[in-house]
Amino acid sequence: MLLTITTTHRPASDLGFLLHKHPGRAQVFAVAGGVAHVFYPRADEDVCTVALLLEVDPVALVRRGRAGGLAQYVNDRPYAAGSLVAVAMGAVFRTALNGRCDARPELVGQVIPLRVEVPAVGTPDAGLPAALFGPLGWAVEATPVPLDPEVPAWGDSRYVDLVLTAELRLADALRQLYVLLPVLDGSKHYWVDRQEVDKLLRAGAGWLAGHPERELVTRRYLGRGGGFVPSALERLAEADDVPEEALDNALDEPVDVPLPPAVQRREAVLAVLRSAGARRVVDLGCGEGALLRALVEDPLFTEVLGVDVSSKALRTAERRLHLDRLSDRARGRISVRQSSLTYADEGLAGYDAAVLMEVVEHVEEDRLPVVEHNVFGVARPGTVVVTTPNVEYNALFESLRPNAFRHADHRFEWTRARFRAWADAVGRRYGYTAAHLPVGPEDPALGSPTQLAVFTRRQES
Amino acid sequence: MELTIPDLSLVVLIGASGSGKSTFAARHFAPTQVLSSDYFRGLVSDDENDQSATADAFDVLHHVAGKRLAAGRVTVVDATNVQRRARAALVALAREHDVLPVAVVLDLPEDVCVARNAARPDRDFGARVVRRHVADLRKSLRHLGKEGFRKVHVLHGQSEVDSASFAYERMLNDLRHETGPFDVVGDVHGCRAELEELLGALGYVLSRDDAGRAVDAAHPEGRRAAFVGDLVDRGPDTPGVLRLVMGMVRSGHAFAVSGNHEHKLVRALRGRDVKVAHGLGESLAQLAEEPAGFREEVEAFCHGLVSHHVLDGGALVLAHAGLPERFHGRASSRVRSFALYGDTTGETDEFGLPVRYPWADDYRGEAVVLYGHTPVPDVEWVNRTLCLDTGVVFGGRLTALRYPEKEVVSVAAHRVWYEPVRPLGTAPDRGPRPLKLGDVTGNRAVGTAHHGRVAISAEHSAAALEVMSRFAVDPRWLAYLPPTMAPTATSARQDVLEHPAEAFAGFRGAGVAHVLCEEKHMGSRAVVLVCRDAATAPRRFDVEGTGAVHTRTGRAFFPTDLNEALLDRVRAAVASAGLWEELATDWLLLDAELLPWSAKADGLVREQYASVGAAACAALPRAVDALTAARERGVDVGDLLARTASRAANASAYRAAYRRYVWDTDGLDGVRLAPFQVLASQGRTYEGKPHPWHLAVAGRLRAADPDLFTATRNLVVDTTDERSLAAGAAWWEELTAAGGEGMVVKPLANLVRGRRGLVQPGVKVRGREYLRIIYGPDYTETANLDRLRERSLGGKRSLALREYALGLEGLRRVAAGEPLWRVHECVFAVLALESEPVDPRL
Repeated sequence: MLLTITTTHRPASDLGFLLHKHPGRAQVFAVAGGVAHVFYPRADEDVCTVALLLEVDPVALVRRGRAGGLAQYVNDRPYAAGSLVAVAMGAVFRTALNGRCDARPELVGQVIPLRVEVPAVGTPDAGLPAALFGPLGWAVEATPVPLDPEVPAWGDSRYVDLVLTAELRLADALRQLYVLLPVLDGSKHYWVDRQEVDKLLRAGAGWLAGHPERELVTRRYLGRGGGFVPSALERLAEADDVPEEALDNALDEPVDVPLPPAVQRREAVLAVLRSAGARRVVDLGCGEGALLRALVEDPLFTEVLGVDVSSKALRTAERRLHLDRLSDRARGRISVRQSSLTYADEGLAGYDAAVLMEVVEHVEEDRLPVVEHNVFGVARPGTVVVTTPNVEYNALFESLRPNAFRHADHRFEWTRARFRAWADAVGRRYGYTAAHLPVGPEDPALGSPTQLAVFTRRQES
Repeated sequence: MELTIPDLSLVVLIGASGSGKSTFAARHFAPTQVLSSDYFRGLVSDDENDQSATADAFDVLHHVAGKRLAAGRVTVVDATNVQRRARAALVALAREHDVLPVAVVLDLPEDVCVARNAARPDRDFGARVVRRHVADLRKSLRHLGKEGFRKVHVLHGQSEVDSASFAYERMLNDLRHETGPFDVVGDVHGCRAELEELLGALGYVLSRDDAGRAVDAAHPEGRRAAFVGDLVDRGPDTPGVLRLVMGMVRSGHAFAVSGNHEHKLVRALRGRDVKVAHGLGESLAQLAEEPAGFREEVEAFCHGLVSHHVLDGGALVLAHAGLPERFHGRASSRVRSFALYGDTTGETDEFGLPVRYPWADDYRGEAVVLYGHTPVPDVEWVNRTLCLDTGVVFGGRLTALRYPEKEVVSVAAHRVWYEPVRPLGTAPDRGPRPLKLGDVTGNRAVGTAHHGRVAISAEHSAAALEVMSRFAVDPRWLAYLPPTMAPTATSARQDVLEHPAEAFAGFRGAGVAHVLCEEKHMGSRAVVLVCRDAATAPRRFDVEGTGAVHTRTGRAFFPTDLNEALLDRVRAAVASAGLWEELATDWLLLDAELLPWSAKADGLVREQYASVGAAACAALPRAVDALTAARERGVDVGDLLARTASRAANASAYRAAYRRYVWDTDGLDGVRLAPFQVLASQGRTYEGKPHPWHLAVAGRLRAADPDLFTATRNLVVDTTDERSLAAGAAWWEELTAAGGEGMVVKPLANLVRGRRGLVQPGVKVRGREYLRIIYGPDYTETANLDRLRERSLGGKRSLALREYALGLEGLRRVAAGEPLWRVHECVFAVLALESEPVDPRL
């Protein structure tokens, strides 16, 4: 990866003093993740450019024992400026970063014209560089890099060719780059020590606090941390050449649905369960356990079981419910385990009520009959509560593209009529009566954002 | 004195302390068969005589006894058991496992017991305790039978104890020594004429009495008939049916189990208060016409019918209403009740008939279970069970199954003899037959024909469950997931990581002289299940549709309409190639490669490969420029410039490598299919057919539809001939120099077993440029290659063989028409193994 800094301060070659690096020599430094080279493509009285070139050794990184997926050998770390370049700057330009220049101390405080070029830096959107650097006085040119010039249909990559110009003290400029390049890049990185976070935050002193995007900066910064332990699921994703996120997206928040509907939904489900007199409840597709927590808080519910097909979701649910710290009595009321709606699970039989909250739309329609059988035929609780999006209401979500589903994993979204028809058919087949309730604000024409059906098992003759 | 006990029983020893139970048990039973309360007291408290540990000791003893009984092992409980309460717990335990409890009483004089205890230093309780034991025992003796013990043996005094010996007797239901062949007949319900006709159709010769009434039937080849109950009621001639069947049973030409109707009939004949309904009235009226002697015979015969039979070494079970595996060969009232009446859900259908629990859906046993009881329009195998009641008395058919041939023979009813409550043929829609969670989760082991038992860990099952549940096509379409393939041993050459030389040497070392090199297509593995017509899948796979095309983890390649269009093309080509007739099948399972790779992996190509290329090609040329400028200034940049220029070139080569996998498709336009193996068809698998045969089939498909099917270039190499080896290597070099992915080397003969078991079914030899996508743009730099050579292949090879064996096992099962769960078990296991942590670059 490459980063160049050019000044037209006169004499421009003062840059060498400021950076503590001789313009006539190419220097090599061992840094975390590889080798950093510093050299000057140009150094005269008018213009002086310093280049930082980092050679990353992905094979060595792999050999250091970090097991992982395909992305280890084939990744953008050797090319795109991100956390590694920040680490290299910290090592190579430490003196300049700290604002020291023993040879020419008067230069340190001087505002000089600067032009920074980073030919490849990742960014979640092309506007972010301007939002990050603009408020600090930089003029920002961020030119998107095409994903593949020979396949124009693919459009732009997530990289921009970044050119920043400003008149700033060099130390301030370096510290801003040191923090903001990794923030821009934001991707998983595998080899920066957690302790680096503290150092990096120190570099924000003096400018970060007043930055309008300071929350974003902090969040993206700290969000990157942690190791990289590939999940079994990820290995399966690799086996079939799909990005891991495509298999592991069950936990993503649906797009553009703000929190209140989720709360309203939960409250509506709880109200139905209470009025049905349910005591023993199973949450089918409990996810990270938001409903489980509400159920456990109400002593009316004497036994609560959460099941989900995602091991990852269950681990999160266990953590959020503090299952390992509950008293024996509380622990006896709540449990979670893996199950699948497409396999008959006899262990789900005998509950008063089952909840399918925003679950059925994650099942392919041709697999629904088997799910119906397993819920209404095998588990066969007295009450089944089903919620699912009302697709008619999508028209009212401004940020949702036309005909788009609310969640990437939704296999369908139903109109109210379609949901009713489904509920009636299921009821007939398995001996339940279905009642329907709107959840959330009702539009006179389009109904409520969420639709809810309560199935009650008919008394057996 | 010989004491008989059933060969599946819980033997409860009863005797005072000092009566010699332990000595007695040790003489007659193996140490592991005897569970002694003293021993368990010691186990939980370190003191065999610590009476405060008694409750815990019995908890553990009962637990162990339960495990033994569940496994069908005769178990002896050595405790005083003089109190009714203690015995009741053991009787309950026996019932819980549907085995027979037997009491063996050691009734010794009190003074003998007291003297023996006094002689033992560890027994410090006094004579009072022993006296109480003896008193309790004497009080109990008369009631043991009523307490539920099926047999009670009392040994009075030491001499009887000393002379006693045990003899095992077979359970009444145990006919495992009868190995057939059998002709198993469904519910007859008094339809004598149809029965005579069916027996005739099966090849039996009837014998008749002077009045011309059939009284026996024998098969010239010694086959035996077996009746699954409900011989009587409703129909026109119950006495005639009984006369014939009783005669056959008496002469050893037939077996019979009881139906619910025989059970009711016995009660009615004995004058019990029975509701005369469901055709019982007809039987009683018809039997009233018969002499009293015949009625007595009937009563005795029906009374003597057992609830179920286990035949043919345990491989065949007959029970009127069916029987879950845990009840096979067991004896208890609930076993009898299930066998005669089945398991009802407590609900009734719209005709007021009881809704029966679909026990067969849950059946996972190895044994074939044949039953009747519920009239069905057609016989249909469900998990190795088959209902043979085709409602002859209601105007349907009388059906028999030839065993072990599994051939169905039936005759039509001569008329409707009895109006059914629910019209025949209107059986309620049974709904889906789901797989059970227990079929796939947890730590599992799948038995395979070629590689023994393959173990699957719970962790990997869990990962597979998620992918299977959320993304895979309906499991009824998933007959096969392809195994992973190991790469060739790492090359000794300086410039490449993989080279054919090692692959050829590997097969030569395994004793494989001839291998086939197949071009490795630049696409995605695809499994194609194609059915001949819309009627095939419901019949063969219990699912609507005409086939499936899925990836190596079971995901559909295309949305429904495209999928159908692709299947139509494949179907037409199979028909045009004449394969339906040639392979005598109405479905075909093909292993193939679907091109282009981007049709499936577009997201990955963009997000992973193209992104890296974009970043590399944005940064590296600029770095080259900067270094060039510095050098022109006279700065000594060492070899950094040359190195960076080389990396820039690598980045371009890397881009070129992935671009070969990307081309536009519009619908099916641009999609190509390269089949390379026929996996299975009805009743057959093809791992024994040499690869040229498979490629010839592929060639015929290509001839039929050259726009869709693409050829797999190939070359036979003799691993013992230097010239042939050189030709193979040259061929690979030519393929890969032109940008090809590489080749797969397979034993020419296909499945090969060597001295150490299965030989790898194939190894891949990937091209130098292709591996850039896998190992990174710069992997070809010498320093990188040297380090990458240290890759470990053992895990991958082992995984490849296990998955191969699982795949073959699944194919064997699907071709044989085995139940879905048996097929799915293998398919799921392959997916689970795929989540094992193995270097994904291999």
